[in-house]
Amino acid sequence: MSNVARTLPAHDWLVEKIFMGYRPGAYVRSFFTPANALVASIVGLGVPVIVYRFLFGLGSVTNLSQASPWGLWISFDVLCGVALAAGGYSMALAVYVFGLEKYHPVVRPAVLTGFLGYFFVVIGLLCDLGLPWHLPVPMVYSFGTLSVMFEVAWCVCLYLFTLAFEFTPPLFEWLNWPRARALAIKATIPLTIFGFMLSTMHQSSLGALFLIAKDKVHPLWYSPYVPLFFFVSSIAAGLSMVIFESALSHRIFHDRLDPSAHVDLDGITVGLARGASIVLFAYFFLKVQGFIASERWDLVNTPYGYWWLFEMLGFILAPSLLYAYGARHKHVGLLRAVAAWTVIGVVVNRLNVSLVAVNWSRPTAYIPTVYEVLVSVTIVTIGIQVFRWIVNRMPVLRDDPAFPVTH
Amino acid sequence: MTLSRRTFFKINAVGAAALAGAARPAEASARMASHDGPAMLVDTTRCIGCRGCETACAEANGNGALELPGDDAIFDRHRATDPYHYTVVNRYAAALSAPGGERFIKTQCMHCVEPACASACPAKALEKTAAGPVVYHGERCLGCRYCMMACPFDIPKFEYSKPIAYIKKCSFCAERQSRGLLPACAEVCPSGALQFGRRETLLEEARKRIYDRPNDYVHHIYGEAEAGGTSWLYLSDTPFERLGLKTDLSTTPYPALTDTALSAVPVVMTLWPPLLMGLYTFARERKEERHE
Repeated sequence: MSNVARTLPAHDWLVEKIFMGYRPGAYVRSFFTPANALVASIVGLGVPVIVYRFLFGLGSVTNLSQASPWGLWISFDVLCGVALAAGGYSMALAVYVFGLEKYHPVVRPAVLTGFLGYFFVVIGLLCDLGLPWHLPVPMVYSFGTLSVMFEVAWCVCLYLFTLAFEFTPPLFEWLNWPRARALAIKATIPLTIFGFMLSTMHQSSLGALFLIAKDKVHPLWYSPYVPLFFFVSSIAAGLSMVIFESALSHRIFHDRLDPSAHVDLDGITVGLARGASIVLFAYFFLKVQGFIASERWDLVNTPYGYWWLFEMLGFILAPSLLYAYGARHKHVGLLRAVAAWTVIGVVVNRLNVSLVAVNWSRPTAYIPTVYEVLVSVTIVTIGIQVFRWIVNRMPVLRDDPAFPVTH
Repeated sequence: MTLSRRTFFKINAVGAAALAGAARPAEASARMASHDGPAMLVDTTRCIGCRGCETACAEANGNGALELPGDDAIFDRHRATDPYHYTVVNRYAAALSAPGGERFIKTQCMHCVEPACASACPAKALEKTAAGPVVYHGERCLGCRYCMMACPFDIPKFEYSKPIAYIKKCSFCAERQSRGLLPACAEVCPSGALQFGRRETLLEEARKRIYDRPNDYVHHIYGEAEAGGTSWLYLSDTPFERLGLKTDLSTTPYPALTDTALSAVPVVMTLWPPLLMGLYTFARERKEERHE
């Protein structure tokens, strides 16, 4: 379709860069698809809820209470969002710093996912804050340096900008600004290292947030090592997201791929799976150590204990072994399924630590309202749309022929 | 490959930036903790459940009229503090050995010696002042509610019903204290259940009461060690857990729980950049060799 449109004598920048070669009328008509109708109805329902929340307060749409101050928006939008966006730092480190060129085709989509992930984490956070316009306070003049939340706020803020800068090469290629692009490429290594440093700190700090709530978190999920658990599991989540998402992208956006460039996606998937298998096993081992140190064997034979065991075996050990098996036998289909399962496992872990384990001590269990779920779904949906918009226009999944790869 | 001058400067620039931000744990270890600040001794054996303290508190903080003033029906359920009631009095059954059958206990912010909320706050909106009370600065608050997660006594309360929502809690009448006045609750207490003073003095007083009448008190001062020490201290003739108080709290200050995690920050900031620059240099050298 777009190839036909590109041959039309439309040299207008807008048509070429924004309308993807369509004439305005045809471009607008291209919106009317069943998928877009679904997106429009989700956003059409979700955005009014967000507006309502800001007009009438958090209590008007959420089940948050004095006993449960953190709900789905912190657990899913922030904790899960940050963990699942970890592919950005993992892949940038592997390709740019360690020089693993094989993974070059997936580094740009991973960085873009990271950037959008963090951007929408911040949007989710703004919905949850009681006084979001005070956000500059800890950034500018009142530094709560003893607070884990202060560290998280600073790291997430700096890392959001770092990811934005890391994504400038494809942006400048799209805008056809070769000099700016050359400058941006030079900044790749410092940005990647700075980004990894920030990620180490805030991925773990999101776990460290719960250290001070010692009496509130169920002992099976409370451990002095919880920051380490969060950091290591974020790597597994990031790698699995890259496996899952690259498979999806190559199916959905196959017209954006350069047919002449031979991308060995299966080889990349197997390599990433090997890495994820080892990381998951290390994560399992660390969790076992934390459990032994906690000396709470008595809690295993309880309903919470069964759920904890299910997470340990079903969501950590099983995918680790299945990844190893699939990588050994080059069973790419299995690896993709395991990747999706691992992503769900990390989401379950974050929800367990921040909601399930905290419900343990609450007088009444917190269960999110349908509105809270709707807002979370809306934010994810908008994020996917922005991803689509960018991937359809900028050289993310393919290299721009005008700008050969130089590393 | 030789380490070029430019690369060397790059490494140093990243390292220096990391060091500049690494001055945190010094502050953590220098956490000032005065154990002799202003304090309150609550002797629950003397409380008559008149709720005069609730009225005075509401008045002093501009929180409007009380629910069911002077009506015993209020005690039928156990209430918690909320954004518009910084203190509440609840009724519990007294221990069988104790006279009278029922006990009343006042709840409010405990004003910890080392408060979890203040250490959790990213913007210093909650602050342990030099004078002693743990106070709240709404103009700094983000409304992140981490203080609520952190507080072992579940004291900070959030205005869920308002679009512009602040945290609310007892300030120990810090403003009245600075003018030399008693906290509003202590000023009106008719039965001597509330006694205001310096913490060390009140601990002496509490020990003396237990010593003088050992059969009339549980031999424990609640707040002396709980959460690393609080400014509000409780005496009782009925086990504290039966008065709705948490008795399984840690006796080390809660901010200490995050010290180890925060002390990892400067390590990461100083170790990661040079380590990764080194690995990058090796990776590039290997690649150049391959190309030759």
